Amino acid sequence: MPKDVSVEELKAKAKELRLNILKTAKSAGSGHFGGSLSSADIFTALYFKYLHVDSEKPAMPERDKFVLSKGHAALAYVPCLAMKGFVPMESLESFNHYESAYGMHPDAGKISGCDASTGSLGHGLSIGVGMALGDRYQNLDTKVVVLMGDGEQNEGSIWEAAMAASHFQLNNLIAIVDRNQFSIDGNTEEIMSLEPLDKKYEAFGFKVIRCNGNDLAELDKALAEAWGEKEKPVCIIARTKKGFGVKRFQGAVEWHYGAMDVEMYKEALADIEAL
Amino acid sequence: MGKDAGTVWTVHDANKMTSKEIYGRVLADLGERNDKIVGLTADLAKSTNIGIFGDKFPERMFNVGVAEQNLFGIAAGLAATGLIPFASTFATFASLRAAEQVRTDIAYQNLPVKIIATHSGLSFGTAGTTHHATEDLAVMRALANMTVVVPADGWETAKAVRACIDIPGPFYMRVGRGFEPPLHENEDFAFEIGTAITVKEGSDITVITCGIPVLQARDAARELEDDGISVRVINMHTIKPIDREIIVQAVLETRRIVTVEEHNIIGGLGDAVASVIAESGKACAFTKVGIPDEYSVIGFPEDLYARYKLDSTGIAETIRELLGKEIEADEDWTDED
Repeated sequence: MPKDVSVEELKAKAKELRLNILKTAKSAGSGHFGGSLSSADIFTALYFKYLHVDSEKPAMPERDKFVLSKGHAALAYVPCLAMKGFVPMESLESFNHYESAYGMHPDAGKISGCDASTGSLGHGLSIGVGMALGDRYQNLDTKVVVLMGDGEQNEGSIWEAAMAASHFQLNNLIAIVDRNQFSIDGNTEEIMSLEPLDKKYEAFGFKVIRCNGNDLAELDKALAEAWGEKEKPVCIIARTKKGFGVKRFQGAVEWHYGAMDVEMYKEALADIEAL
Repeated sequence: MGKDAGTVWTVHDANKMTSKEIYGRVLADLGERNDKIVGLTADLAKSTNIGIFGDKFPERMFNVGVAEQNLFGIAAGLAATGLIPFASTFATFASLRAAEQVRTDIAYQNLPVKIIATHSGLSFGTAGTTHHATEDLAVMRALANMTVVVPADGWETAKAVRACIDIPGPFYMRVGRGFEPPLHENEDFAFEIGTAITVKEGSDITVITCGIPVLQARDAARELEDDGISVRVINMHTIKPIDREIIVQAVLETRRIVTVEEHNIIGGLGDAVASVIAESGKACAFTKVGIPDEYSVIGFPEDLYARYKLDSTGIAETIRELLGKEIEADEDWTDED
């Protein structure tokens, strides 16, 4: 069951997460800024209100499951897990370093609270379908949430999984698309157009909810609706801005991945503080 | 009736069943005792015989349609919730079409997904080269955490299906399509994953093989006995982890090794054995029998086995050739250890 957390509290947590993303990227040397900052509000709403998880019991069977299909957002995911107490906050300094538990893509074998190792795009929804089937077979009243990127919607395996989700009537599965409009080479509609993405998921049997994924009030409403769905798998198409919160990164395809110098770092921190 | 409880067919029946049919029946038996076992297939429930399990336990059988990538991704998800998924499709699709899901979702995460792939090697010969599985062992061997097994007959298939439940990580096994005469007469023999079986003792040369050719190698060895040639036959049913000890012992005692496999000669059993020999520091005469590095031709399996020298005639021929090969004499050689 979702916790009683206000939108204002979530906004404060989202700001803290964005600051932690920047700090982590600084120790890491570089990072996937665009897709991590775009999805920071989604991580915040899930981990601070909706997901039933416990850092003391990271493997408890009755936990809600989370799969980061867009594994390159580990730069947001791992700091979020640190803020929830799954991994030590100071361990974030090792991100990308030699023999670190944390690299650009998450390793479930090394990160407490991480349910799936991901990184190669298009895998997460199938894993989520399996988890949803497994929990249902074991009579566990849980939700399985899969956070996908929009670029990976090009992968055929996503649609194999989408077909299966509705075929198996997985009302415990919630897919979220971080619709930030960009993949590595440019705008998704120029590289390989996805629209109308909502109609595609509807045609595949999902209940589709659209929202502004960088507006926590809207996200909260969308997730509440998703959590209450009893019939179908849900797909939340969360419109976001790549690099949201840092003016230099926002909507800038070249900041999908990059490295900041000291000045840029200071400027980025100031931008987030001003949010 | 053998020692393993739960086998519900008679020995007479088992001698008439295909290995994949025995797999389906054993899995259905196991399902009764272990409710964590779930089954998956990609529109091949009937062809792989996992449908026998599915008919008995429809609530825990998931047919994902013709979607092999999804098959193994879903299997990983099921395993992550504490279940033991058995996923079955044809060997070529499991190892190639879905290779990355098997690698990243299953093997990398060290999840206990049991991949029982049928229509191995050339066993679906007339289906054509698209349906021949001659690279699967190379792919699966190269995946860390993966155990790789090739049973010689239905009896070994039954034992391996039972044994794989106790392996904490991922497991790959390939079985054939049609009926092949069994190597064993019943299930009264020791079978342990990782421990090869000496099918026949011999001192002049050793054949190390797996799967369908094991029986052929034994027949070849028996024939050659009449000519005074003593051939050792080792059934290397586990390709990974490989039984290093039995290989090194064969090198020391026979100094001539032939490997025989229903696979491309690159990357499979032969290369696994060659690595052990090279690392042992003991030279020996060595040759690999399998599909040369080319795409196998279309035909009935028995014709293909003959063409690629995987039948008893072909194996006997290779043995004679390797016996004629000169190797460096070294009288103290066997004393070095």
